[in-house]
Amino acid sequence: MGVAEAAEAAARASYGKLVAFLAARTRDVAGAEDALSEAFAAALSDWPASGIPRNPEAWLLTVARRKLIDTARRQRTGAEAAPTLALLADELDEEEPQIPDKRLALMFACAHPAIDPGVRAPLILQTILGFDAATIASAFLVSPAAMGQRLVRAKTKIREASIPLRIPEPNDLRGRLDAVLEAIYAAFAEGWTDPVGADERRRNLAEEAIWLGRLVASLLPEEPEALGLLALMLHAEARRGARRDAKGEYVPLAEQDPAQWDARRIDEAESLLFVSSRLGATGRYQLEAAVQSAHVVRRRTGRADWAAIERLYDALLAITRSPVVAINRAVAIGETHGAAAGLAALDAVAGDPRLVLYQPYWAARAGLLAAAGDSRAAGLAYEQAIGLEYDPAVRRFLQRRRSMLKSDHSKEDMK
Amino acid sequence: MKYLLMIYGNEAVMMATPKEQTEQRHAAYGAYTEALKKAGVIVGGERLRPTSDATSVRVAKGKTEVLSGPYAETKEQLGGYYMIDVPDLDAALSWAARCPGASHGTIEVRPIWAI
Repeated sequence: MGVAEAAEAAARASYGKLVAFLAARTRDVAGAEDALSEAFAAALSDWPASGIPRNPEAWLLTVARRKLIDTARRQRTGAEAAPTLALLADELDEEEPQIPDKRLALMFACAHPAIDPGVRAPLILQTILGFDAATIASAFLVSPAAMGQRLVRAKTKIREASIPLRIPEPNDLRGRLDAVLEAIYAAFAEGWTDPVGADERRRNLAEEAIWLGRLVASLLPEEPEALGLLALMLHAEARRGARRDAKGEYVPLAEQDPAQWDARRIDEAESLLFVSSRLGATGRYQLEAAVQSAHVVRRRTGRADWAAIERLYDALLAITRSPVVAINRAVAIGETHGAAAGLAALDAVAGDPRLVLYQPYWAARAGLLAAAGDSRAAGLAYEQAIGLEYDPAVRRFLQRRRSMLKSDHSKEDMK
Repeated sequence: MKYLLMIYGNEAVMMATPKEQTEQRHAAYGAYTEALKKAGVIVGGERLRPTSDATSVRVAKGKTEVLSGPYAETKEQLGGYYMIDVPDLDAALSWAARCPGASHGTIEVRPIWAI
């Protein structure tokens, strides 16, 4: 392994661990990041001459700590710097063979209720994975300057308001864990919106989110929702390739070829879901993962378990009250009890003003209307959906569906 | 770490509160202050007279302007504060949640700028 590869491997595996450890007591995340990037620069210049150290992680930690102490000496005067210096020097003496893993504590600080919800996922991506602001900005579709500013502000708040880098007490854990999981899922969702994986950064984002999900699940193996989220992401990722055909056209879930699904990921998701179901307390992510699971039984039975899907969406709706869940539930009801029943369920949420501009609502409505034989109304609903869809492949798919209705119509007209 | 807990509430509602309830609230604040003292975290704290007794001052172009009333007219007003010294924000937030004012208004928690 060359020096650059060794440094990169160390960065990949250790970045977040080292940032978390360096910032754990001082809460100075930005300071820890700066010290660490200097340590990586030092590695690239030292290692070619002195050889790759036996324990690159420990080497980087020692150098970064020295940088932190130097900075503290330069920036502060006597009495104030004393505690920081004593703390760091103290830790230096300990000679820890194993660097304690404080990444989860750092994630809890990044997803602290005192941090703006919109910056939590970007902050985790930056501090745990070392993503730069420009990469995060492009994935979250904001300008690099704005993203950079938000990240700086959040890190300043962690330091100046003394947000602790700590795993919350059992009483608070569940509630606070939700914010961590939500941030990870937000990162995954950003990556998932690029279906073909053409955009390297986005594709990467979904994989990195799964990596974070694995990390949280391994550190909190008794938390059912941590396992549930990982199962959900693995299920979705397993079908990434099947969402497009060879010509790049959109393929809806119901028409995907199960042979194209990633069986290894599905199996892993299924066993996680099984473990989580024995830990009690069923939450949102487990239910959503279970919906995926009921879809992929088609691998074996040839048909999705729509009755189970309907029940799961019932439970999800009770927890989330989300109109998006209500739409999916209506589609499930359309499968179990017929299109008319599905439409009735959809009508129950039709008053929600947020749905007027929500493409999946119109696509679901169009599908149900078409199944109920109302081609004219279905055509209008497809037009709404087409107008709201920004992905050209999905738009073409909706147009094909609409033209199928139209051709039926014109034939009728000709008769 | 020192934090200022600023107690915001609706002054008008507060003034119109029946006497018995006001006494209950005073007792609750008394107990809360006692708890802060026992924990050794209190640095200071006072109740403020209503904003009708407030006067605002600013100097513009060398001229001192004195205005009657608070800095800004808001729905809820600053009614009092505690200054506490605790290890971190979570500790400050948990004290803020215990403050009687949190149940009928909002407590803004601000870290003190360390010099």
